[in-house]
Amino acid sequence: MVDSKQQWKAWLYLSPAIAILLVFTVWPIFNTVRMSLLEGYSGLKAAAGMTFEFGLGNFQKVIEYRRFLQCLQNTALLCVLTVPVSTLLALLIAVALNSIKPLQKILQTIFFLPYVTNSIAIGMVFAAMFNIVGSFYGTENEIIVTAGIINNVIEFFGGKPVNWINYGSTYVANITVMVVYIVWNALPFKILVLLGGLQSINKQYYDAAKVDGTPRRRVFARITVPLLSPMLAYVIITGFIGGFKEYTSIVGIFGEQMGPPDDAGRLNTMVGFIYDALSTNSQGRASAAALILFGIILAVTLFNNNVIKKHTHY
Amino acid sequence: MKVTLQNLTKIFPSRDKKAGSEVVAVNDFTFEIPDGKLIGLLGPSGCGKSTTLYMISGLQKPTSGRIFFGEDDVTELSTEHRGIGLVFQNYALYPHMTVKQNILFPLQNLKGKDKMTKEEMLERAIEAAKLVQIDELMDRKPSELSGGQQQRVAIARALVKMPRVLLLDEPLSNLDARLRLQTREEIRRIQKETGITTVFVTHDQEEAMSISDMIVVMKLGVVQQIGKPQEVYDDPKNLFVAKFLGTPPINVFNGQVKGGKLYIGQDAVLDVGDVADQEVAVGIRPEGFELAEDGAFACKLNNVEVMGRDVSIVSTNEASVNPVVRAIINADNKIDLTRAEVRFNLKPHKVFIFNKETEERIGFEVK
Repeated sequence: MVDSKQQWKAWLYLSPAIAILLVFTVWPIFNTVRMSLLEGYSGLKAAAGMTFEFGLGNFQKVIEYRRFLQCLQNTALLCVLTVPVSTLLALLIAVALNSIKPLQKILQTIFFLPYVTNSIAIGMVFAAMFNIVGSFYGTENEIIVTAGIINNVIEFFGGKPVNWINYGSTYVANITVMVVYIVWNALPFKILVLLGGLQSINKQYYDAAKVDGTPRRRVFARITVPLLSPMLAYVIITGFIGGFKEYTSIVGIFGEQMGPPDDAGRLNTMVGFIYDALSTNSQGRASAAALILFGIILAVTLFNNNVIKKHTHY
Repeated sequence: MKVTLQNLTKIFPSRDKKAGSEVVAVNDFTFEIPDGKLIGLLGPSGCGKSTTLYMISGLQKPTSGRIFFGEDDVTELSTEHRGIGLVFQNYALYPHMTVKQNILFPLQNLKGKDKMTKEEMLERAIEAAKLVQIDELMDRKPSELSGGQQQRVAIARALVKMPRVLLLDEPLSNLDARLRLQTREEIRRIQKETGITTVFVTHDQEEAMSISDMIVVMKLGVVQQIGKPQEVYDDPKNLFVAKFLGTPPINVFNGQVKGGKLYIGQDAVLDVGDVADQEVAVGIRPEGFELAEDGAFACKLNNVEVMGRDVSIVSTNEASVNPVVRAIINADNKIDLTRAEVRFNLKPHKVFIFNKETEERIGFEVK
């Protein structure tokens, strides 16, 4: 312990960090709670000297807002679809990467590249791959310049081109594109974590399993996965948290209208909803939505933690 | 199960691509391990003893040579079909499984006609656990066990599928001194009770000597000597073996043979019959000294260590290769500590002479 005479020194040295934390973390959290509880709070009106009453009106407004439920649904759907798929794929790729000797380093680098690439840029590339330039439902006079690489591939195998993201595309097609993109984007980090975990597993466990003639599938299920479970837990929990904060990926593909041209906002998410509220100077509503999102993430993480604890061996 | 190793050789390719820097881990090892015996592979680190063990296990493939279990050539057979039990140096117990699950694991892998029911498996697992006296700990995780208990679990896991050959890699090296003594007796007992041909690897000569039916002394991939522990100790083939076995270690001197007599420094210490005149290395076991007023061999007395039954006389001699000469004699002998010099007679069968160049043993008639 620092004795009391020295304590002021300790506080002095800590003060820059504390000041920054207070200004940029503690105050915003407090202010978010405050704004969410002031009826119809708006920064602009507050600057003009208006006062606001306390109440839960912001929360009520958020929940009653039709778009909010759509946002919640999109967010939840993307989480539930992408986290298991990307975790499973990452696990398989990591195991495969770990078991090959030649080109391992090069392949590792290739798999990691998306992680260091700007997600808006990746989104634009993906949009281009799914995009149809020209008219899809066009008459014979209209020209389809390109149906996008994905549709070209589908056509190559004799399938019918799908309207993925353009005017008149379906919700299912939109979500499919988003799932593919988010999974692909989430893979590198997960592969990296899982590969690190795999490489830290003592080789002797595998030798021991070999001596006992354990089939490969059983080695995977009974040895690799349990010994990797702390890493899997980490990847799943952070995956869900990331999933609930999904926003930029949708902007990357659909642009700021967050949906195909004929149905803007169809793919909006929770974070998107918060930004929308901010842009209309409804800080009260944005704060309420942010707190609701926080509550959801907290609940899901606690749930995940509980489930995972039962299946994890540290 | 008799295990035969025939001209077994293992060459590891060099890490860098430069030719000629490959490592010969085991060189031309030929040995027949008799059925139901406990064999100790002994040598300093890097001598190829573990590589030999792993080749018997099938986890490593020999570069050349053959391995037979009984009459079956198992050289090309993969590990899981050899019917071996292997205990790893770090035990390699699956940390996420209980003791029971660990022991059951090998049985659950059995297929076809060997497949067992759950009850049979449990019975076998309990039997194996009882043999190594851990049947009380079945529901614990490995992390909740002491080193000695983990070792037992590892042995139980290796024994549960009734292997033809049991292999142990440095089984005692992770245990503290007291547990080591206890566990080596335990390994001996388990081996006797099961009658399984057992090969274990160690760098501790005392460990190997104390429990093995036969020991194999290795150095740099080459087998130096094979035999019963006492025989190898009493009749080492070369200086390396003589130095490697025995605690305290053998005393080594520079000496020479002249006219049928062995000289250490100026002292003619022993008659060695018809050995030709030459420079030699002389090895004298600590118990090969006898105090004598008019002894042939003189050393400068340093001090005397009392060990109860015996005393250890520590002295120096100019011809000694070791820093001190250590002689162990019966405590009944009274030693005058004030004297500067101590004189010994040598017991001829405790004295070995070796060629100075090849370090091979030179035999002589003991009169």
